[in-house]
Amino acid sequence: MDDFLAARSQMALSLGFHIIFSCIGMVMPFFMAVSHYLYLKTNHITYKHVTKAWSRGVAIFFATGAVSGTVLSFELGLLWPKFMEHAGPIFGMPFSLEGTAFFIEAIALGFFLYGWDKFNKWFHWFTGVVVGISGLASGILVVAANAWMNSPAGFDYINGEYLNIDPIAAMFNDAWFSQALHMCIAAFVATGFAVAGVHALMMLKQQSVDFHAKSFKIAAVFGAIAALLQPISGDISAKFVAKNQPAKLAAMEAHFHTEKAAPLIIGGIPDTDNQTVKYALKIPGALSFMAHSDFNAEVTGLDQIPKENQPPIAITHYAFQIMVGIGVLLMLLSIAYFIALWKKKAWLQQKWLLKLFVFSTPLGFIAVEAGWTVTEVGRQPWIIKDVMRTIDAVTPMPGIVYSFYIFTAVYISLSFIVAFMLYRQIKMVPQLYGSTPSQ
Amino acid sequence: MIYVVIAFLWTSILLYLILGGADFGAGILELFTSDANKTKTRKTMYRAIGPIWEANHMWLIIAIVILFVGFPSIYTTMSTFMHIPLVLMLLGIIARGTAFTFRHYDAVKDEMQKIYNPIFVYSSFVTPLFLGIIAGSTVTRSINPQANNFLDAYIFSWLNAFSFAVGLFTVAICGFLAAVFIIGQTQEQSERERFIRKAKAFNIMAVLAGAVVFGVSFIEDIPLTTWVFGSWPGVAAFILATISVIVLWSIWHKPYTNTMRFLAGFQVSMILFITTWEHYPNIVLLKNGDALSLLEEQGNAKTIDALAWALLLGSIFILPTLVYLIYSFQKNPATDKT
Repeated sequence: MDDFLAARSQMALSLGFHIIFSCIGMVMPFFMAVSHYLYLKTNHITYKHVTKAWSRGVAIFFATGAVSGTVLSFELGLLWPKFMEHAGPIFGMPFSLEGTAFFIEAIALGFFLYGWDKFNKWFHWFTGVVVGISGLASGILVVAANAWMNSPAGFDYINGEYLNIDPIAAMFNDAWFSQALHMCIAAFVATGFAVAGVHALMMLKQQSVDFHAKSFKIAAVFGAIAALLQPISGDISAKFVAKNQPAKLAAMEAHFHTEKAAPLIIGGIPDTDNQTVKYALKIPGALSFMAHSDFNAEVTGLDQIPKENQPPIAITHYAFQIMVGIGVLLMLLSIAYFIALWKKKAWLQQKWLLKLFVFSTPLGFIAVEAGWTVTEVGRQPWIIKDVMRTIDAVTPMPGIVYSFYIFTAVYISLSFIVAFMLYRQIKMVPQLYGSTPSQ
Repeated sequence: MIYVVIAFLWTSILLYLILGGADFGAGILELFTSDANKTKTRKTMYRAIGPIWEANHMWLIIAIVILFVGFPSIYTTMSTFMHIPLVLMLLGIIARGTAFTFRHYDAVKDEMQKIYNPIFVYSSFVTPLFLGIIAGSTVTRSINPQANNFLDAYIFSWLNAFSFAVGLFTVAICGFLAAVFIIGQTQEQSERERFIRKAKAFNIMAVLAGAVVFGVSFIEDIPLTTWVFGSWPGVAAFILATISVIVLWSIWHKPYTNTMRFLAGFQVSMILFITTWEHYPNIVLLKNGDALSLLEEQGNAKTIDALAWALLLGSIFILPTLVYLIYSFQKNPATDKT
C-alpha cells in the first residue's frame, strides 16, 4: 500500500467510524426528549427508565464521537496539509461555528446527564433538547464544509492562487443544502431503525416488554417518518449532482455513453474495459427523468469525462446501489409499520413485523456508509472539485501506512468495546430498571 | 480584528491548559495513588470532573479551528513536522476519553475495570507529555522545512531534551492543577489532607521540572533565561507567579479552596504569558532563523473578520452556560448514580 492510498484509507476509516457516533449523538437526544416529555406528562415511570437507559448509551457514543471528531480536526492537517493550507481560510467558517455548536452540546450534555433531580424538571428537559439541536447544527455545518469540496465557492482560482476569498459564500455553497438535508434525514433513518431493531429483538425475547415496547415505538416512528422523507431528499440530491458533478452521477450509474432518454441501471457489474454493465436491469428513460425531470433529456456519460478526471466507477456504482436499495427497503417497511399503527393493529402483535425490524438494525448505517462512499469516492480525483487533486494535497511524510494500521487497530478495538458495552447495557435492563416500578 | 482572533487563540490554549490540564491531572494523580486509596480517589475525582470533562476538551478544538482557519500555514507546518508526536497525543486523547467514559458507564463493574483503569491512567500521562513536547518544539528551532531526510524532518523536529523537559513540566503542572482543584471537592478531612499533600508534592515537582527546563536550555543553547528575564513584563510575571506560590503555600490548611484554585490557575497563566510574550507575534521558531508569525501568516482579512465574529458570537452562548455548569455542580456535586 503506498502512502497516498494509506492516507486516503486512514481518512475514510476515521470518517466512517466517526459518522456512526455523530449520527447517534445527533439523533438520540430527540428520542430521549420525547420519552422524557412523556414521563413528565404522564408520570409513567417506564418512560423515565427509557430516558435514563438511552442517556447512558448516548454518553458512551458521545464520548467516542467527541474523541474521534477531535482526531479528525487534526487529521485534516496531518494527512492533507496542502489542502488545508489553501482551503482552511475559505471553508473554515462552518468549522468555527461548529466549534461553538459542539461546545454547547457538551455543556448541555453535562447538565442533562448529571442534572436529574437537581434542576427544575423542565429546565432539565430543555437541556436535553439543546443537546439535540446543537448536535444537529454541528452536523449541518460539517456537511456544509464537505459540500464545499464538491461545489467550491467563495473564491476565484486564478493562476494557481486563491483570490477574493469570501468565507460566507463558501459556507453557503450550492451543495450545502441538498447534502445537509440528505445527511440529517439519513441520520434519523439509521439511528431510528438501529434503535428500533435492538428493542424489537428484546420484545421477541419477551424481556421487559413494556420497557422495550415503549422504546421501540419512539425510535420506529422517528425512523419511519425519516425513511418516507428520504426519497424526496434523494431526488433533490440526484438533480443537483447531475448538474454540478456529472462525472459523479455517471460513475454512480456506471453510465458510460452520453445519450438521450438514458436508462436507469439497477445492479449489474460495470465492465470498464468494454464500457458496459453486465447483468443489469435497465429502466428506459428513468435516469434522464431522475437527473433532469425529463424522460428524453441528455445525460452526460463517462465518455465526456477525460480518463484522468474520472472517479473509480465500480466502487461508486456499487455503493450507490446499496444506498438506494436499502433506502427503498426501509421505506417499504415504514409504510408497513404505519399501516400497522393505523389500520391493522393486529400486525403489531405478530412476529414477522418485529423480525423485519430486527433484520433492519444495521441497514440504515450501511446505507449511511455507502452514501458517504458515493459522495467521497465519487468526488475523486479531486479534493477540491476542478481545483486541487487529492494526490497533490497529501502529506510529504512517508510511512503513513503504519499510522493507518495503528488507527485501524484502535478503531476496531473501540468498535468491539462499544458493542460489548451496549450488549451489557441491554442485558442489565431488568436489573437496573426492574419490572416492578420504583421511584 | 486579528487581535480578537489572537486573544481567543491564546485564551483557548490557556483554558485548555488549565481545565483540560486539571482533567489530565486527575488521571496522573491516580497513577500516584496507593491501591488502598484508589477507589475513593476515583469517586472524588469523578464527582469533580464528571459533568465538565467533555467541555474541558472543547478548548483544544477551538484552538485548532482558529489555527487552521486563521493561520493555515502555521497549522500545516506544525501538522507536517509534528506529525508523530501529534499522532501519539491523539492516540492518548482517544484512549483517555473513551476509557474514562467506559469505566463509568459500563453496566457491569467487573474485570473490565482492570482494563479501563490503566488505559485511563497512562493515557492521562502520555497526552500532556506529548502536548508539552510539541509546545517545547515550537521554540527550539528544531523544525526545519528544508530538511531532506526523514530523521531531520520528522524525528529531530521534536525529539530533543528541551522539548522532553517541557513535556515533563506540563505533566507536573497538570497533576498540580488537579490536586488543587480536587481539594475543594473532598468531603472528609483525611481525604482533604491527602490531596493537600499531593498538591504540595506536585507543586514541588513542577518547580523542579521547571528548573530542569532551564538547565537543559543552557545545554541546548536555547536563550530561555534571556526570554524570561530579558524584559520587564517577563520579570514582572515571574515575580507575580512566585508571590502567588508563596501565598498558596501559606493557605493550604485554610478553607479558601477557591482562592487556591485561582492562585494555581494564575500561576499557569503567568507561565504561558512568559513563554509567549517574548516571541509574540512569532509562534513557531524555525531552524533557518525564520519564524512563523501570527501577524504575517494570517489568512485573508475577510476570513479573519468572519472568524472573529463567529468567536465573539460563540462566546456569548458558551461562556455564561459554561460558568453556570461549573457553578451548578460545584454547589451540588454529581452523584455516582446516573
